[in-house]
Amino acid sequence: MSADFLYGIEVVINGLMAGVLYALVALGFVLIFKASGIFNYAQGVMALFAALTLVGIMEGQVPFSHLINAVFGTEIHHFGWHVPALLAIAMTLLVMVAFAWMVQHFVFRHLVGQEPIILFMATIGLAYFLEGVGDLMWGSDIKTLALGLPQGGSLWVEEATQGLGGDDFYGFFLDKLDMVATVVAIVLVGALIAFAQYTKQGRAMRAVADDHQAALSVGISLNYIWVLVWSLAGLVALVAGVMWGAKSGVQFSLSLIALKALPVLMLGGFTSIPGAIVGGLIIGVGEKLFEYLIGPMVGGATENWFAYVLALIFLVFRPQGLFGEKIIERV
Amino acid sequence: MKDTLAPYVTPDGRQIGETLMDMRNITLRFGGVEAIKDISFNIQEGEIRAIIGPNGAGKSSMLNVISGFYNPQEGEVWFRGKKRPPMKPYQVARLGIARTFQNIALFQGMSVLDNVMTGRLNHMNAGMLAQAVWRGKAEREEVANRETVEKVIDFLEIQAIRKTPVGRLPYGLKKRVELARALAAEPKLLLLDEPMAGMNVEEKEDMSRFILDVNDEFGTTIALIEHDMGVVMDLSDRVIVMDYGRKIGDGTPDEVRNNQEVIDAYLGVSHD
Repeated sequence: MSADFLYGIEVVINGLMAGVLYALVALGFVLIFKASGIFNYAQGVMALFAALTLVGIMEGQVPFSHLINAVFGTEIHHFGWHVPALLAIAMTLLVMVAFAWMVQHFVFRHLVGQEPIILFMATIGLAYFLEGVGDLMWGSDIKTLALGLPQGGSLWVEEATQGLGGDDFYGFFLDKLDMVATVVAIVLVGALIAFAQYTKQGRAMRAVADDHQAALSVGISLNYIWVLVWSLAGLVALVAGVMWGAKSGVQFSLSLIALKALPVLMLGGFTSIPGAIVGGLIIGVGEKLFEYLIGPMVGGATENWFAYVLALIFLVFRPQGLFGEKIIERV
Repeated sequence: MKDTLAPYVTPDGRQIGETLMDMRNITLRFGGVEAIKDISFNIQEGEIRAIIGPNGAGKSSMLNVISGFYNPQEGEVWFRGKKRPPMKPYQVARLGIARTFQNIALFQGMSVLDNVMTGRLNHMNAGMLAQAVWRGKAEREEVANRETVEKVIDFLEIQAIRKTPVGRLPYGLKKRVELARALAAEPKLLLLDEPMAGMNVEEKEDMSRFILDVNDEFGTTIALIEHDMGVVMDLSDRVIVMDYGRKIGDGTPDEVRNNQEVIDAYLGVSHD
């Protein structure tokens, strides 16, 4: 096999791994949108907030320490202990569930039956509010997430695949962190699908997504389901935040990764879980391949815009996305 | 016209029992408009109770009060001998009151079977994890629930469309699936909001037969709203007639049919 072809395969594999992460973020959007018709602009900030909280808890940072110090003239920053990673993750999850409850209780419970644009505006407000709270709670400096996840390229894969090509092929270069992220994302997606298909709560979730009145009439509490859905979105945000945070540090630009989910959603459809997965993979592979094949001809940096152009083309020919439901109004 | 009847046996041999639901002096307002004005009536166990009246009489509002979609400003709702506090619709559903809607409310994306299964949601108690992996209690529950659901599906003769997505079904069948979902909950009281609206004669006959059979075989108490006088008179044991939010008649179909106020409301009378 020629080295060029093998490098092409390497690009595709890397694209798939990036795509799984895109899919994960997109999934957070789909969950909330399906169940409540809310396009959650705050999904990216939720990922940031979850990562900040995780680091803060692990490092034993005192939440709101700047505020406390400013008000009481004290000088406290740390509790002086370190929390083990697994315990910290569980605690962060609790924080995200509490956040979900508060969002439902203080914001969206009062907006039931409002226009979609009003709900959307509310999530924009929520995004900036949460960003502010994150800053106030944990500070705005860039933090490193030391979860002990493997870093760097995998020597094992490189050596195992070295023999495939000729002399100018040095084996596949795969990032270890990407590989871990891919496995975690696949497990999470599988668990979410099993949850939606086979549990009572999952059934209720799908029922609420379809028809509110009918759901009420079979004894489903809408509030409960919405808190549940926001909690699941919080879980997805936590995983996405951890993976991206481990890669590039926990910083406020993390909230922008959510924007990458937009083309994924346009491709896959806003209401489809398989759509989010396939859309994520297509975008991931598409942008890496495009960069590899066409990038050198146009001066590179195509990854910044390729996904959006692809999404635009899709919008023209298939506005409901690959798997979205086409809504036909009967006249 | 008597308000409550002692338990009795109907001419066709069905047992009518004690009072199941008692509505006492219900008043419902929307802003300044009184949709229901001081109405009292009851529903006895095992009977088919109809609420009829011209358009805008407040029939649907009354059904929505019973099912908790509206909470009345005045009056008391008594169910199974206990006063019911103001409740959310899902809490009422958990008490064992199931309903159908005038403009069909089904889960369009799901199959007929899945739709009917949602009727069993309140009969599932196994833990979340057990359900996801389908083991132990969850498995037994699922099997039992499936049995109930299959029985209902057989009963309403919709086996042939079990796997069909509901969105693709014709109107008459959708109505039947909605009835199946309500029945799957094994309700103590079944509320039907215009079960025959928009149907042709044949579909109406089918639906009437199903309503009678449900009442007869499962002993389900049924309260229904209907426009079609003929159908109502044939189906029901007792009828309430509403007009402009007031109750103007209450009794057996024969009593109601001969009530002068009811005749006036339906045929129109000059008020001078």
